[in-house]
Amino acid sequence: MIEIIESVKNLSIGFNSQKGKQISILRNVSTNIKKGETVGIVGESGSGKSTLALAMMGYIKQGLFPLKGECLFKSEDLLKMSSRQLEKIRGRKIAMIPQNAGQALTPNLKIGYQIDEALRLHTDLSKTERDKKISELLNKVRLPSPETMAFRYPHELSGGQQQRVAVAMALAGKPDLLLLDEPTTGLDVTTQAHVLELLRFIAKDTGTSMIYVSHDLGAIAQVSDRIVVMYAGEIVLEGPARKILKEPIHPYTYGLLKSIPKLSLAGLPASMPGSQPQPGSINQGCSFYDRCNLATDHCKKNSPDLEHIKELDTNVRCFNHKELISQNINLKTSIKKKSNNSEAIEVLKLKDVSISYAKQKFFDQLLNKISDQNPTVKDINIDIKKGETIALVGESGSGKSTILKSIAGLLKTKDGQIKFENDRILSSDLKMRNPNDLRAIQLIFQNPDESLNPNHTVEQILSQPLKLYFNLSGEELKKNIIDLLKKVRLGEFYMSRYPRQLSGGEKQRVAVARAFAAKPDIILCDEVTSALDVSVQAAVLNLLQQLKEDLGTTYVFVSHDLAVVRAISDRVAVLYQGRLCEIGPSQNVYKFPSHPYTEVLLGAVLEPDPDIKPKLVAEDIVEENPPEKGCSFQGRCPRKIGDICNLEVPPWQIGENGNAIRCHINIDELASLQQ
Amino acid sequence: MLLLILKRIGLGLITLFIVSLITFVGVEVLPGDACTTYLEREAYGSALDACIKRLGLDVPAYERYLDWASNVVRGDFGYSLSGEMPINEVLGPRVKNSLVLASVSILIGIPLAIVLGIITALWRDKLPDIMISTITIFSMTIPEFISATLLILIVAIWLGWLPGIVIIPSDATFYELLSNIILPVVAISMIMTAHMARMVRSSVIQVMASDYVQMAILKGVPYWKMVFRHVLPNALLPAINVVALTIAWLLGGVVVTEVVFNYPGLGRLVIESISNRDLPVVQALAIILASIYVGINLIADLMTLMLNPRLKSLQIRK
Repeated sequence: MIEIIESVKNLSIGFNSQKGKQISILRNVSTNIKKGETVGIVGESGSGKSTLALAMMGYIKQGLFPLKGECLFKSEDLLKMSSRQLEKIRGRKIAMIPQNAGQALTPNLKIGYQIDEALRLHTDLSKTERDKKISELLNKVRLPSPETMAFRYPHELSGGQQQRVAVAMALAGKPDLLLLDEPTTGLDVTTQAHVLELLRFIAKDTGTSMIYVSHDLGAIAQVSDRIVVMYAGEIVLEGPARKILKEPIHPYTYGLLKSIPKLSLAGLPASMPGSQPQPGSINQGCSFYDRCNLATDHCKKNSPDLEHIKELDTNVRCFNHKELISQNINLKTSIKKKSNNSEAIEVLKLKDVSISYAKQKFFDQLLNKISDQNPTVKDINIDIKKGETIALVGESGSGKSTILKSIAGLLKTKDGQIKFENDRILSSDLKMRNPNDLRAIQLIFQNPDESLNPNHTVEQILSQPLKLYFNLSGEELKKNIIDLLKKVRLGEFYMSRYPRQLSGGEKQRVAVARAFAAKPDIILCDEVTSALDVSVQAAVLNLLQQLKEDLGTTYVFVSHDLAVVRAISDRVAVLYQGRLCEIGPSQNVYKFPSHPYTEVLLGAVLEPDPDIKPKLVAEDIVEENPPEKGCSFQGRCPRKIGDICNLEVPPWQIGENGNAIRCHINIDELASLQQ
Repeated sequence: MLLLILKRIGLGLITLFIVSLITFVGVEVLPGDACTTYLEREAYGSALDACIKRLGLDVPAYERYLDWASNVVRGDFGYSLSGEMPINEVLGPRVKNSLVLASVSILIGIPLAIVLGIITALWRDKLPDIMISTITIFSMTIPEFISATLLILIVAIWLGWLPGIVIIPSDATFYELLSNIILPVVAISMIMTAHMARMVRSSVIQVMASDYVQMAILKGVPYWKMVFRHVLPNALLPAINVVALTIAWLLGGVVVTEVVFNYPGLGRLVIESISNRDLPVVQALAIILASIYVGINLIADLMTLMLNPRLKSLQIRK
């Protein structure tokens, strides 16, 4: 008999609405955590996964309260404990690793103090023993120079280092259960893979049970033994990780897995219609009814119970799961894109573009001189053809968004030219561009919450570009707005809504509609899907592709997510520290031979498949500035060949399949090294 | 760091220079000059000529500015018109009185404000918060001339415990002053404490909602330890600048209270010298009050820099 560490029984948590109604966020959740086991709790935003995880530490967020049920830790109910009793358990028996360590570490206290605090509270060690233990812990989470690290403040560390400190702090009390709330969200892909690897090592090394909460099935797949899938505050599927990921017998999980873009698969992922219901809006029937293609009338009126299926060792909340099994589950499908015209003309050319963030000194400004010899972005040469989608990928600090801002005219270039239509040079100063050029290049931003004016209705938001560029008014204006909404698949009634009344996906659709209102030739997409849930992301990607095929727009698509880029782009440019590493047709960039940096990036991508493990080939060091001489990737390159990499800028080499790589290693040799 | 301090001091001096220019120009462009305003109806003939000569108004304005400014730099503000005594002698006791009033108010008001702010934040929406918040909002909204008058009526007239107005020679000793300033201090503290307590309250509430406080709770840090180590240092940091502004306000801006209680401080001197058209004194006061504001804000900025590790390392890196 395996010991159960914590067990949640029929837990419901909710709040009182303004009308005095009780609304539950968690509904009747029951699950057990066994000793030494890692349980992944997965769900999209608003599914109640974080509320559940916090409740498992006896913590209920302000404004919420438990409606019924219990959280039993070693057969004691955490929800009934006094704060004095909870202090004894938190950090010592159950420890938390937070989502954003940068904000979860107290800014005015040194790293060492914060770890020491946990040691003082939960162990009986003396001061000298504690000091020793602190370096031990910092060493264990693989932080460089643990002795000096303890004397630093949280903000002096990089994101990945902060997350490691949070892990060390959680391990200080030697807990039986570790709770991880999206511990790698917000980190760069390579850093994320390293932190996950560390967590897996710790789980194995210490035998601690873990609860891993995330929206990212890729990360969950790497660490979990068992997976719990949440939807609208309920558990809809629960079982062994492999079974859940390979044979998802709940339609929501199936749809979710299909909507994740995969590296191994060209083409767009299938999207799920609709969005998660608001808490309190379901009165009867299955909460997934609206979005389910297997739903019957029975599902509308009756809510399914969690049913145990013995042969799969799985619990599922669906009446029709047998039908899903008989339908032949196939996760390796995607929607084919129309290939675009290869003879198309070039619309946008970046020629030797350099961009510098360095502030000009007063005298240099007088002499109109830019002194920075080592600009943030340097030597960018990209020709963009009409109707193609070119993606710029790289980790944070790679300069991808910087280039986008320069094309839009929001940031002045230091050197080089941006040429538009028939080699006409676009001024790097926004004010000097003519209105028609401004209209022709539009931007869609990452976060629609911030890019849409909260005090404007959708109608006002969409009418602005129409008035500005086409002088429309009255009936004609209204007709155009309705057309635009139709294009992004939103009904006419959305016109009177405010952004806050829309879901994340709907907001991003409005942002897309606003960009298309200008009838642009080029749309610059800056991480447009990274703030969205996966099922919504797939829908937005499909929408963008559809609009492009209909209207012949050109996209410059910036993203850190290599799988998304693979799905949408025709061509990919890989950037590191503001320098191009590799550029070529998407299907070829994802093949051999690759630039060593592309190889590192591709290796770190987490696929929602427990059989595909990330390959960690380079250290996840954070470099603040690009190197002054030589190859931009010299500091982290796993294939560095010597001084030549430090001193000389590598030449461009073009492979057989058309992708150009900037590396000192001969391209054929690179290919054989990587196979 | 040193460079930064020097830079800030330099900026402060530039501010003072501009203030001195503005006040000088302001006095110049007013119709009439120091002599006509002072002599009023007798401002003609030989009396006026003599006055102009005595004050040196016959030389060009820029020369007079340079002359005045260089004297000010040496600490000499010249002579007042009405009293015909050195301005330094007029200002000295006033500055001292204002300092006494301000420091007593600060010593009582600021700790009280911080304690009240913390209590209201920690017991947010509970009885202590509701009671204290009602009182603070109440004392914030009553104008000081009403609260001051009420204080005089109740404490001085009905109860007869304390003198209603301050009747002391301007060169009174500290102890003589102390019994006299209780009522002004109470009147000032009411408003000052209320404002600051509200600010501390919202700042503490904001920090209490932060991720790192939630993290500290989930780490098992006992409540009061969490409040003192994780919440207060971060919540009180922004209060430093407000405290600085309050101190500056106490030194020169509590005109109404000083007038109601007949307190011989700087604020009342401003009013008196303006109504007496004693332009040299007005000029001197403008410079002194501006220096107080600049100086105190400079100290506050530097303190924030020292105490906030984030800003500190940012500066060092640059």
